[in-house]
Amino acid sequence: MLNELRRLIHDPMLLAVIVVVFALLGLFIGFPLVKVLQTSLFHRGSFDPTYFLYFLEGRAYLLRPFLNSLTVGALVALAGTIVGFIFAYAVTRTDIPGKTAFRWIAMFPIISPPFLLALSALLLLGRNGIITRFVQAMWGFTWNIYGLPGLVLTETLAYFPLAFMTLEGVLSGIDPALEESALDLGASKLRTFFRVTLPLATPGLAAALLLVFIRSLEDFGNPIVIQGRFPVLTVQAYLAITGMYNLPLGATLCIILLVPTLLAFILQRYWVTRRSFVTVTGRPSTAGLRSTEPWVKWPLFGAVCLLAGIILLFYGMVLYGSFTTLWGVNHTLTLENFQYVFSTGASYLLNTLKLAGAATPLGGILGVLIAYLVSRKRFPGRVAMDLLSMLNFAVPGIIVGIGYVLAFNTPPIQLTGTAAIIVLVFVFQRMPVGIREGIAMLDQVDPTIDEAASDLGAGFFRTFTRITLPLVAPAVVAGMAYMFSACVTSISAVIMVVSARWQLITVALLHEVDNADLAQAAAYGVVIILVVLGVILLLDQLVGRVLLGRGRHGR
Amino acid sequence: MGAELVLEKLTKVFRGRRESVVAVDHLDLSVAKGELLTLLGPSGCGKTTTLRMVGGFEDPTEGRILLGGQDITRLPPQRRNTATVFQSYGLFPHMTVFENVAFGLKVRRVRRREVRDRVKRALELVGLAGLEHRPPSKLSGGQQQRVALSRALVIEPRVLLFDEPLSNLDAKLRVETREQIRRLQKELDITSLYVTHDQAEAMAISDRIVIMCRGLVQQVGSPYEIYARPANTFVADFIGRANFLKARVVAVRGEELELELVSGRKLSVPALPGFAAEEAVLAVVRPEAADLVPPEAGDIEGTVGFAHYTGALGTYRVDIVGGEPFNVEVQSPQERGFLQPGTRVGLRLHRTSIHLLREE
Ligand SMILES: Nc1ncnc2c1ncn2[C@@H]1O[C@H](COP(=O)(O)OP(=O)(O)OP(=O)(O)O)[C@@H](O)[C@H]1O
Ligand SMILES: [Mg+2]
Repeated sequence: MLNELRRLIHDPMLLAVIVVVFALLGLFIGFPLVKVLQTSLFHRGSFDPTYFLYFLEGRAYLLRPFLNSLTVGALVALAGTIVGFIFAYAVTRTDIPGKTAFRWIAMFPIISPPFLLALSALLLLGRNGIITRFVQAMWGFTWNIYGLPGLVLTETLAYFPLAFMTLEGVLSGIDPALEESALDLGASKLRTFFRVTLPLATPGLAAALLLVFIRSLEDFGNPIVIQGRFPVLTVQAYLAITGMYNLPLGATLCIILLVPTLLAFILQRYWVTRRSFVTVTGRPSTAGLRSTEPWVKWPLFGAVCLLAGIILLFYGMVLYGSFTTLWGVNHTLTLENFQYVFSTGASYLLNTLKLAGAATPLGGILGVLIAYLVSRKRFPGRVAMDLLSMLNFAVPGIIVGIGYVLAFNTPPIQLTGTAAIIVLVFVFQRMPVGIREGIAMLDQVDPTIDEAASDLGAGFFRTFTRITLPLVAPAVVAGMAYMFSACVTSISAVIMVVSARWQLITVALLHEVDNADLAQAAAYGVVIILVVLGVILLLDQLVGRVLLGRGRHGR
Repeated sequence: MGAELVLEKLTKVFRGRRESVVAVDHLDLSVAKGELLTLLGPSGCGKTTTLRMVGGFEDPTEGRILLGGQDITRLPPQRRNTATVFQSYGLFPHMTVFENVAFGLKVRRVRRREVRDRVKRALELVGLAGLEHRPPSKLSGGQQQRVALSRALVIEPRVLLFDEPLSNLDAKLRVETREQIRRLQKELDITSLYVTHDQAEAMAISDRIVIMCRGLVQQVGSPYEIYARPANTFVADFIGRANFLKARVVAVRGEELELELVSGRKLSVPALPGFAAEEAVLAVVRPEAADLVPPEAGDIEGTVGFAHYTGALGTYRVDIVGGEPFNVEVQSPQERGFLQPGTRVGLRLHRTSIHLLREE
């Protein structure tokens, strides 16, 4: 510790960078969260945990959302993991046709704004939904999609891809030879599945369950559209602050939400570490995947097709809806909605592009810088920097947003209503992903290369800009493209900090849902998806080229 | 010549969550100007860690490092006048050979023309002229190694550090390259610290060798001293092969010292300082320092237990009643006929090659 400090003094540039990074992280990640905690516990300067006491007493307006959130979370985690497992098993362990297509379709909910699924659920199953209308006309009965059923349906579709990706990694890490030797020893196919495959995948399943659970707890976009009379924590915290101006209540709901989320996050990290053992011991090999028995293959194929069909139906419905005149009333096709998006909505779209465009390079560079410091440098507080920078990965977006409102509403740092606060939210909410990408990429680069640079006399700044950055450039570009699209689709944190002057397209979409103009909302949704797809295609081109350039140099 | 590089009580402890590893334990060492000193020892004995502390990549837990009289213990690598040839070379993959070698000069703000001249000279020195504009990935392993060497040489460091620089090359290239390194090091008179676990390499290249084991220095000496006068059984065993015979000093007579083997056989060997009569000792006998003779003509009697023939060399294991098996190497064994297992033989020890150790 002391030695590390003594060394830092000889590298003033590094010391300065570390101090600045800590200041930024403290101010824009730590401080807002502290403000939330403080607001929940103190009122007018004195200790006053009223709402916590109410919560413990079991007052419905605090306890209900808590139980509802947990219920939705548990159901979505279960359903999402099962669906994800079926997808992953079909893709990694059988020889069904169309795997690439299924992988693409499963990516859809990840790259699109999540609340689009809720919007689509209304288009299909809402009071004026196509299916609702049809069933009512044919058989005369109807239902209410708002509340629990809608939440579970939309969030399952939105988050099962995360379970799918986790489990795909785990399942492809299990050596088929293990399954084959079980079969070889006389176990039946079914027995092999239950006694070998499933146990080996258990840590992965636990990780997937927790991941989906966390995402469901954190979800804001779907519940605000479809929660109906089934209040969940994120939306109630939002309403307490924007609707009732009750800051202590909002902050308390945040903390009540934060506790289970963080617990699940910590558990999830634990399982993820465990999982890596499985992956290491089983040598991944795609060979040895023999043809699957028809009675396994075709039912699985059917199930996967059905799911893919549902996803396509949901997104297709948004596309169709965007061309209708007034959903539920007049389904004549029209371009009016898009004309509206590109006239009145143009400034929202431009704002989104501008602010996301400003946030992306900032977050990208800061992310790589932090990844570099954390994985390559030794200094006091390194672990703290790692944890602090990753914190917003685990903290629900709505809490980040509320934290910013509480922290930057008054001098010395008054940012409410500015573009800067939106950019800051983007940067510090989305950066953790950039950091993880950066660390993964740095792990591929031999540390000796850095050491050689400093050995030859290069200080921190030169080593970082001349050696590290060029070597991880492809990851930085990919990370920034991801970050850009995540900013474009983001809602939960920024909804707290948008203003009349700086309105964003996702928020405009929600307003249209509020006005019950679903067709108009759908048009916004289509434009958002097109922007994201555009970025991803551009990235493909760009990274392809960068990667080629790298291939030329080799490693 | 004064000591250029001095390590004082240098210690490194890696603290893990479960256990701590003492990688280097109070190491004292000094390297003279222009000397090539090699750290040699089995895997995990702390060679790399020592070198990395000198280079500035690892923070010593304790102790000091002096370079030309200046304390550099806490300086970061870029502030030390050392240059390392890394085991994996650490070439910058996105730069050409020229840019790689020029990097250290540019950092030092050397004028562009001078950079060009010095890089050119450094590349010529290692025989890489003409490859300036290739990326490292388009070079053979040996060429990459030489880029790494010239990149370190070009900045004219006070100390060159080598961490197993030849371990990625094939056997023939290894011998060529080590000769080249030694020649350049002598010509340019560069103080060097060299790490290897290949003893032949260490013997061929070094002015002096440091034998390490578990973070501790076992012996420091010239290649000759290390082989002929090992300080303990570890060194004797680690460098070449050795037979250990239990013995007792019977008498010390001037230049001579009389030994009695377990068998009762008495031998006169050249005296070593510090041994007195009646002392229990171990006689160290190298496999090539004994001849096979008829049973009754030797110092020790035994039976050939195992025989191995490689043309130029015959290797025999001789089983001795009441003692450890004795290994012998015989040059051109065909001259005397190859001995089959089971043959009774005598072992005649070369008196002048016998080295004594105190029983541990
Ligand atoms: N970063 C580290 N963390 C913990 N222990 C370490 C670390 N680096 C080295 N060690 C331990 O310190 C000891 C010495 O390691 P070192 O790399 O110096 O050995 P070495 O002599 O170079 O061996 P080799 O010939 O295999 O390269 C070993 O026991 C090793 O496991
Ligand atoms: Mg080593």
